[in-house]
Amino acid sequence: MIDWIKHLPAIIVVLPLLVAVIAALLPARFGWVLALLATAGSALASVVMMTDFMTRWAGFRMSYHLGGWAPPWGIEFSVDHATALVIMVISGLGFVATMSSKSLFANEISSDDLGRVYGAWLLTFGGLLGLVMTADAFNLFVFFEISSLASVTLVAMGGGYDKRALIAAFNYLIIGAIGATFYVIGVGFCYAMTGTLNMLDLAVRLPEVNDQIPVYIGLAFMVTGVMVKAAIFPMHFWLPPSYGHAPMAVTTLLAAVATKASLYILVRVLMTIFGGIDTLPQLILQWVLIPLSLMAILLGTILAIYERDAKLMLAQSSIAQIGYIVLGFGMGSLAGLQAGFIHIANHAMIKGGMFIGLGGLAMAVAGKTKLNDLAGVGRRMPFTATGFLICGLSLIGLPLTAGFISKLYLITAVIEAGYWQIVAIVLFSSALSVIYLWRLIEVMWFTPSNSGDGRLPEQVMIYAPLWILALANIWFGISASTITEMSYGAAQVLMGGMT
Amino acid sequence: MLDQLLSHWNYIIVVLLMMIGLFIVISSMNLVKKLIGLSLFQTSVFLFYISLGKIEGGTAPIIITSGHGDHGSYPSHDILYSNPLPHVLILTAIVVGVATTALGLSLVLRIKASFNSIEEDEILAEKRVMKSEGRSS
Repeated sequence: MIDWIKHLPAIIVVLPLLVAVIAALLPARFGWVLALLATAGSALASVVMMTDFMTRWAGFRMSYHLGGWAPPWGIEFSVDHATALVIMVISGLGFVATMSSKSLFANEISSDDLGRVYGAWLLTFGGLLGLVMTADAFNLFVFFEISSLASVTLVAMGGGYDKRALIAAFNYLIIGAIGATFYVIGVGFCYAMTGTLNMLDLAVRLPEVNDQIPVYIGLAFMVTGVMVKAAIFPMHFWLPPSYGHAPMAVTTLLAAVATKASLYILVRVLMTIFGGIDTLPQLILQWVLIPLSLMAILLGTILAIYERDAKLMLAQSSIAQIGYIVLGFGMGSLAGLQAGFIHIANHAMIKGGMFIGLGGLAMAVAGKTKLNDLAGVGRRMPFTATGFLICGLSLIGLPLTAGFISKLYLITAVIEAGYWQIVAIVLFSSALSVIYLWRLIEVMWFTPSNSGDGRLPEQVMIYAPLWILALANIWFGISASTITEMSYGAAQVLMGGMT
Repeated sequence: MLDQLLSHWNYIIVVLLMMIGLFIVISSMNLVKKLIGLSLFQTSVFLFYISLGKIEGGTAPIIITSGHGDHGSYPSHDILYSNPLPHVLILTAIVVGVATTALGLSLVLRIKASFNSIEEDEILAEKRVMKSEGRSS
């Protein structure tokens, strides 16, 4: 192995965090370039890491000792197949979101603020990467808070033109802090019982004390805390307002990557930290997460149908999509976990693309996202709207798109686990999601425009990243093996922690 | 039973503080009071961790030497040390808590400037007016 590859885990996380400080201090006009370079660097590094990983067996794990302190005393960055996959999704989507952010910010944020905004942007990005990478339960909390405080700041930047963003940001802050504190309480209980904070060490030591009540209290607090962060029903209520009122670029970043990291942490906590305790993760998955995910799927889809604002509609649909991911994980089987990871990757591409597209379309009508305001923009902005449509079709799971692969693997996993009723619910909600997508299509293409029929200007820096994601949706819909194989590796790693 | 409760009185305070804090966050309409509740809630967790690290009769974890041998001084073995790690963790958590409160207060300032109120019911009422007037982002 080449020597520098072993430093990649640290580079991927530290690069955006360092550049964040530089971006905040330098004049605002450098903000975007710096953010683009930092995210590109992280994305490139994670692709190298993933390529390296794909050639190895699924049990392979890369351990990076921060400061040279060996675990369990020092903080460890641990990368296995699951980590590498999620890191690649986050850094790749973060890079594409950064590409589109300059044009999307142009109408919404004063150019003097951009330096500091990109500082917070990179802190969010780096925080999420660190969250996924770290193998230290307490360090995880710190990264939770780095990313969540920075993303609250980003959401609040919407306050310049829509003051409801401030309320959304405040609620996001309070709820996020409570979630993170719950997680810390849980870690405290586990630490009291085992005397260690390293996740892999915890996984070994927790089964030794599994007759003690505090272990279960710790589990309950940790899982609840992470569920708040991952916006799993019924702790999802902070998400739609935050996404709905945040600046468009921020919504793109958060929708594409933020909840994905927390969802990954959820399976990590259940499968790795508590994986050694017999049947306990299975029980929680089966009796807590499956029912909640089904409610999220139905509720999110139905609320999306009744939403009159396109941005909020997509935010509500995110609740349902998170439900699909959790449902996959909830099966607790190899196939289920694989389906969950596939949808983590695919949903990031789908929602990232849809929000970039919506941002581009909304810019042409003065940043409004109410359905009525978007009348006719589809015909007037064909490039952007077609890309948006492709991602939309992928969302409902049309064959030849990535969304179809997600649904296929999810339904296969559910059938394999023998839950026929759940298959019906998944198919039903997929059918329902056609309704809200159709409402968007109807408004954008078939409703007469409010202000003439001429072509509207389209920006390269919006439709280029959008088309990257749209083509990725088609590519991974036809040649799905890349993502399914990586997800299979990830699922195998997590199943390894279970009996 | 009572003895056990009394000997764990610091944990009882932790639970009380935690419940009071969480209750204020949920029930209070005033945004600043919400932040105060949140701080109380977080502080209770700090106390919880510190209590975990304390050993009765334990001293600060600075190695105390008991004498000198041929290879320099060697640590004394009959001294109880408190666990320093929870303190270090909580130092980090305090910083996070301060950052949360600071960000929350600055948001309250902006909310006050925009809505001219920091009472949640009044703000929600104005939000509803905004919605019915159809002013969108």
